[in-house]
Amino acid sequence: MPFHLFPEDAAANGHQVDQIFWALAALSVFIMALVFLPLGYFAIRYRKGNPVDRTLKNFSTWKFEVTWTIIPLFIGLGIFAWAAEVYFHIETPPANALEVSVVGKQWMWKLQHEEGNREINEMHIPVGRAVKLTMTSQDVIHDFFVPAFRAKQDVVPGRYTTEWFTPTRTGRYRIFCAQYCGTSHAAMIGWVDVMEPADYQRWLLSTGQGETMAAAGGRLYTALGCSGCHGMSSKIHAPGLEGLYGRPVPLNDGHIVTADDQYIRDSILLPGSQIAVGYQNLMPSFKGHLSEEELMELISYIKSLGSKPAQEHQQ
Amino acid sequence: MNTTQINLIEPAGDEARENYLTEHTVRSWLLTTDHKRIGILYLLSILVFFAIAAVAAAMMRIELLTPNGHLVLPETYNKLFTIHGVLMVWFFLIPSIPSVLGNFVIPMMIGARDVAFPKLNLLSWYLFLVGGALAVYSVIIGGVDTGWTFYTPYSSTYSNSNVVTMIAGVFVAGFSSILTGLNFIVTIHKMRAPGMTWFRLPLFIWSLYSTSLILVLATPVLAITLLAISVERIWGVGIFDPDLGGDPVLFQHMFWFYSHPAVYVMILPGMGVISELVTCFSRKTIFGYYFIAFSSIAIAVVGFLVWGHHMFVSSQSIYAGLVFSVLSFIVAAPSAIKVFNWTATLYKGSISYDTPMLYALAFIGLFTIGGLTGLFLAALAVDVHLHDTYFVIAHFHYIMVGGMVTGFMGGLHYWWPKISGRMYPESLGRIAALVTFIGFNLTFFPQFLLGYLGQPRRYHSYPPEFQIFHVLSTAGASVLMIGYLMPLCYFVWSLWYGKKAPANPWEATGLEWKTASPPPCDNFEETPLVTHKPYQYKPEELREGAQHA
Repeated sequence: MPFHLFPEDAAANGHQVDQIFWALAALSVFIMALVFLPLGYFAIRYRKGNPVDRTLKNFSTWKFEVTWTIIPLFIGLGIFAWAAEVYFHIETPPANALEVSVVGKQWMWKLQHEEGNREINEMHIPVGRAVKLTMTSQDVIHDFFVPAFRAKQDVVPGRYTTEWFTPTRTGRYRIFCAQYCGTSHAAMIGWVDVMEPADYQRWLLSTGQGETMAAAGGRLYTALGCSGCHGMSSKIHAPGLEGLYGRPVPLNDGHIVTADDQYIRDSILLPGSQIAVGYQNLMPSFKGHLSEEELMELISYIKSLGSKPAQEHQQ
Repeated sequence: MNTTQINLIEPAGDEARENYLTEHTVRSWLLTTDHKRIGILYLLSILVFFAIAAVAAAMMRIELLTPNGHLVLPETYNKLFTIHGVLMVWFFLIPSIPSVLGNFVIPMMIGARDVAFPKLNLLSWYLFLVGGALAVYSVIIGGVDTGWTFYTPYSSTYSNSNVVTMIAGVFVAGFSSILTGLNFIVTIHKMRAPGMTWFRLPLFIWSLYSTSLILVLATPVLAITLLAISVERIWGVGIFDPDLGGDPVLFQHMFWFYSHPAVYVMILPGMGVISELVTCFSRKTIFGYYFIAFSSIAIAVVGFLVWGHHMFVSSQSIYAGLVFSVLSFIVAAPSAIKVFNWTATLYKGSISYDTPMLYALAFIGLFTIGGLTGLFLAALAVDVHLHDTYFVIAHFHYIMVGGMVTGFMGGLHYWWPKISGRMYPESLGRIAALVTFIGFNLTFFPQFLLGYLGQPRRYHSYPPEFQIFHVLSTAGASVLMIGYLMPLCYFVWSLWYGKKAPANPWEATGLEWKTASPPPCDNFEETPLVTHKPYQYKPEELREGAQHA
């Protein structure tokens, strides 16, 4: 029977999470000692019939109350702040990360790399580089959990969530679906393969599709007739998409939103919900015509039309 | 013991004296408005639900003995944990101490003849029974596989099981909770005996008062949430399913807005029992009465503001996460205050180790571990790793089983002489308490390690490296089962063969001990007059000139 007492630790954020975990464990032992040692001592010394002094001196109890309320509270708040800082770091993907798209469905994980490579229930990534997952579900809520990376995020239908990590050790690590998703929830598992960068490049080439996600999205953009309205030469008054990604967009209703993955997705599926200022609600919904994977390819294409972090894909 | 105003009614072996158990007809039970009888009706009904839920747990533990257990199919396993969760939460834990022990002792503790609305009290029980029957019916016609949390859109769209029937059961039982809470609040406000001021109330009353506030304020939100699922499921109205224009995470907000306060419904009453036991069996006034009393209220109030700590990885805003996390650390403080005060109560006491006291000490130990591991889950970055793993399972079982069920067992032993008029066998009681404590820790401690290793919850199969911990846990569950079966046997035995109980076997100070065991129908022959604070205990060694070294 193979056996570990502690989980493998294979990502940069994992060390920070573990530090807080063990600090909390130490605090717990300390507080348990603070409670259980006196408890045990009183329980034995003041057992019925034991002839010891039981006369109580008058002392003010509130000093005790204040002490044992304030001190643990402040230690607790310290740990809160520490864990919150690490959480903000964990929840904010860096700009230059390697991007992988993840679609969860009952009961498998479908992944696609920017280079176009697709995988199911496996994720090949290079060691030492930040990896950002953009995830959605095509049915119920799932959760992409890699214990060795201490990384977990719900994968929610109708919205994009992100998760990121920087693997520090090559090897194979488990992926679990952590959010209960129905009959074969326990079978919605897989492996992360952390490889040396050179091996990763070889893997990309050997399993390549010959078409990047952005290129596939470009094909869809033409095939679905998007260019008919959004194209430069179009007669229809529709917003241009060049340089849109990541830019603030003023809306008809006075709000200003950022043109991120979620905004572009919503604009394709629910075009009437957020109208850019100065435009009419003319666009038909593409709901039901596009798979989650195709949506992600379209977004990847629009991203490639110009925005600072996406420049590198344009060649 | 310091006052003698109603010691006149000591039964002194008077067999003929009427008490609330004298009448034997079925009709007299089913149409009773006596709070004591209703408490017993609740006790019998929750035992049935506990038994079903415990069998479900046993089957899960056997399935998990091997990584690819073949005892049950995956869908059956999913139905088992749903049955276990739904029945244990809504049909055992929530009514356990409030509806059984609360119903039985609240009126007596405050010197009243009954609760404020006795007929409403009976209606609560019937609603509870209808709700429970619907829940069990949904299991008989094929079961439900959503988990007790009913997360959308799985429950509202994708699950092919009897979700609406099960939800209807929980919905109806919710009204039972609301009515019971309402009844207790009015009773505690309006029915107190002359002289029973707020700060002369036993701490059990303070904790049940806080519990009742939560029941009345939070349960309607559960009703709305469950109704919304049914509306979406039956008529396809888009509330939670994004395909219909709804928001699946909205469900989680609504569900936890009820269910987190409900977690405190599943611990506050246990704390109330422990406050009674610790002071009685150490023969000392409780340390920090006001702090314990107000910490119950503080838990009830702040408990309403921490629901989002169940959702740190749900895609909730990280700034919302920040607020929910800090409030979760703050809500831990009143719980810690209670633990410290119980410990301080033992100082210079005269402690005897009768069965209820053993349960009280077990509670302090297990609740402390449960509470501290709650801090791990309140800490944002750590929760990202631990969320939805066995660490969470272990944590809330330490609170709900290690805390609430232990408190319930302690209270049941403590008040059993009052309830039944009989003593249970003391040495068997002590052994059972010890067996439960060992079995509980063996079952659930390994699950903390499993969770840290990354074992997700609700998996019927798992990677082989986790097996050793599952084997330990299953072994522990068998021991735990013995610990729970023993009291069942000797309590039943005691009804016929137990020693007759005196009015006050523990020499306790509460008003409920100043009347006969079992009490007369109207509780007191004459309305008691309260002249002093509760818990006027004194170590025997200090009494009437006893020597001390």
